[in-house]
Amino acid sequence: MSANVELDGVWVQFGSFTAVHDVNVTIEGGEFFSFLGPSGCGKTTLLRTISGFQEPTQGVVRIGDQDMAGIGPNKRPTALIFQNLALFPLMSVWENIAFSLEVRGVDKAGRRKRADELLELIALTGQGDKKVSELSGGQKQRVAIARALAVEPEVLLLDEPLSALDLKLRQHMRTELRAIQQRVGITFIYITHDQGEALTMSDRVAVMNDGVLEQVADSATIYDQPETAFVASFVGENNLIPGKVHEVAEGFAVVDSTIGRLRARLPRSQRAALAAGEDAYVFVRPEAIHILNGAGGDGFDNTVRAHMSQEEFEGNMRHLILDGPGGNEIRASVINAGRGIGHGLGSDVTLGFRAEMTVALPKGPVAAERDSDAT
Amino acid sequence: MNPVTGLRRFVDRNGLAISAYLLVAVTLWMLAMIILPQLFMLDFSFRYNLPPAKIGGPEDVWTISNYAFLVFGSSGNPDAYNWIDLSVFFRTILAAVFVTVFDVALCYPIAFYLAQVAKGGFGRLMVLCLIIPFWVNEILRAFAFRILFGATGVINTVGMSLGLLDQPIDFVGADIALYAGLGYAYILLMIFPIYNAIESLDHNQIEAARDLGAPWWRIHYRVVIPHAKPGIASGCTMVFMLSAGALAAPQILGGPSSLWFTQIIYQWFNTGGNWPRGSAYAMILLIACIAFVMLMMRVFKVGLGEIGR
Repeated sequence: MSANVELDGVWVQFGSFTAVHDVNVTIEGGEFFSFLGPSGCGKTTLLRTISGFQEPTQGVVRIGDQDMAGIGPNKRPTALIFQNLALFPLMSVWENIAFSLEVRGVDKAGRRKRADELLELIALTGQGDKKVSELSGGQKQRVAIARALAVEPEVLLLDEPLSALDLKLRQHMRTELRAIQQRVGITFIYITHDQGEALTMSDRVAVMNDGVLEQVADSATIYDQPETAFVASFVGENNLIPGKVHEVAEGFAVVDSTIGRLRARLPRSQRAALAAGEDAYVFVRPEAIHILNGAGGDGFDNTVRAHMSQEEFEGNMRHLILDGPGGNEIRASVINAGRGIGHGLGSDVTLGFRAEMTVALPKGPVAAERDSDAT
Repeated sequence: MNPVTGLRRFVDRNGLAISAYLLVAVTLWMLAMIILPQLFMLDFSFRYNLPPAKIGGPEDVWTISNYAFLVFGSSGNPDAYNWIDLSVFFRTILAAVFVTVFDVALCYPIAFYLAQVAKGGFGRLMVLCLIIPFWVNEILRAFAFRILFGATGVINTVGMSLGLLDQPIDFVGADIALYAGLGYAYILLMIFPIYNAIESLDHNQIEAARDLGAPWWRIHYRVVIPHAKPGIASGCTMVFMLSAGALAAPQILGGPSSLWFTQIIYQWFNTGGNWPRGSAYAMILLIACIAFVMLMMRVFKVGLGEIGR
């Protein structure tokens, strides 16, 4: 059984501080849905509102089309996996997993049987009698999932459960989580500040900032077609070039930017907001920027002269840092095909990028420098 | 690690002066203040009560007659056993158990509230309200309870004037005043160990249990109490030992018919002038209390090391 989760005009306020600002979204039954945002953006508060630990100040939370107002966390068809897992250290592994069955008065034999089934699901068969402290980080993770699944929740809520793991294990657990979700077929709502996690696992991602949902879409749309300056700057690497709109026509904007006149796609949702003369941010991804060998434009809508100042070699990619016009730093990434890039550091090159791969957005808040642990 | 390298490391870590001070102070404290006096008491308890002139003389020999007295009484005793003293002894132990259980029931919710629920100012205010009354000395507090519970005390007067009571209740005679006084005397020793234990419990564990469907009582029974067990044990041990060994509160608040075992000990030492018998009685109380505490720790599966935490 999986249930949809509907947030209808949800506000959460703590005194004068607004943690969640008018959130409206419907998460479909069986969906893997992520809330992605920097720490303090209100995503954890939102998760606590869904699980019932926090009552919304205003608005309605519906789970399976049922209004959850006044229904406590122990009565909701949800299960929450905590950031620090919150396994019970004084109980054995199987007792942890079967705790919710104990609550429901299932007898010991029945609890043990169900715990063993779940241990099999998480590939920990035969480890039920161990103490929690005897497990590795990844195993604890899986026990926490099994414990939550034992309630047979319709919605599983996950609060950055992978953040305590090291990088390799984290990547492995992404695949694992996704596989478990597909096997059990229930709704997963996942909270993370790590865009890699959100993009790889989710059916849809909601990017959140300052309590506001910035954009809700599938991973590719979030990455390729950001609709706000925050989304464009928070998700993935992006070059931000400030400017003023010169003219708008047929879904494209011509922007007089600090590196020259650029032609950029204008998302449908922002067409009303960006008229000629408005301040705009133009975003172009490093991997969308090509280094041109000929002097001509080669069919690129936008060309810029820049000075190659640094290179970061990452194996599969070469990341170039260039000084563009107007003191702008431009980052360009090229795939390492083993041939080099034909230009040395210190030389001047022409950069080209297509209008479809360039996006103009209204000037707005952008993401702060990302934590170093984000992938 | 053998003791010599252990000692060397201890000296290396703390420096010679501090190490010497710590070692001498602790050793002196243990020996001079705790072990030696108790050994003297133990020695006393195995001797006859002789006039000073005969001490060290041929009559000054070891005996267990002082211990036997508690069980069998004097040789002129018509009963087989010394029921008067024995019943006081067992009643004291039982009453101390009752005070301890009463204190756990009273203090656990307060400690839980302070450690997990109260945030900031109100919690601190509550702790102050708990501590400040203990600035008043024990005797004064005991007499204050007498004023509260006495036949013409506050409770009876108010109850009668409101028409709730037809005649005054004899709180002192029914030992209610005594239990209330003892219970109140040691609440801090119960609250703080439990508070410390519960405070170290990750609040997410409580929320996790709740999220998994547990009602409040099961959260306490399965998550909070197991975690707080060492603290509860530590509080219980102190409250039990101190109530069993209390003297002032039973003296002041005890009913005319009820005697505390410590009062008998006091009588042997003081009015009875029989120190050896008093020592023997005190030793029996000490050993019985320790044995009882050890037994309870075994029953509730608490290690001695856990209490020290």
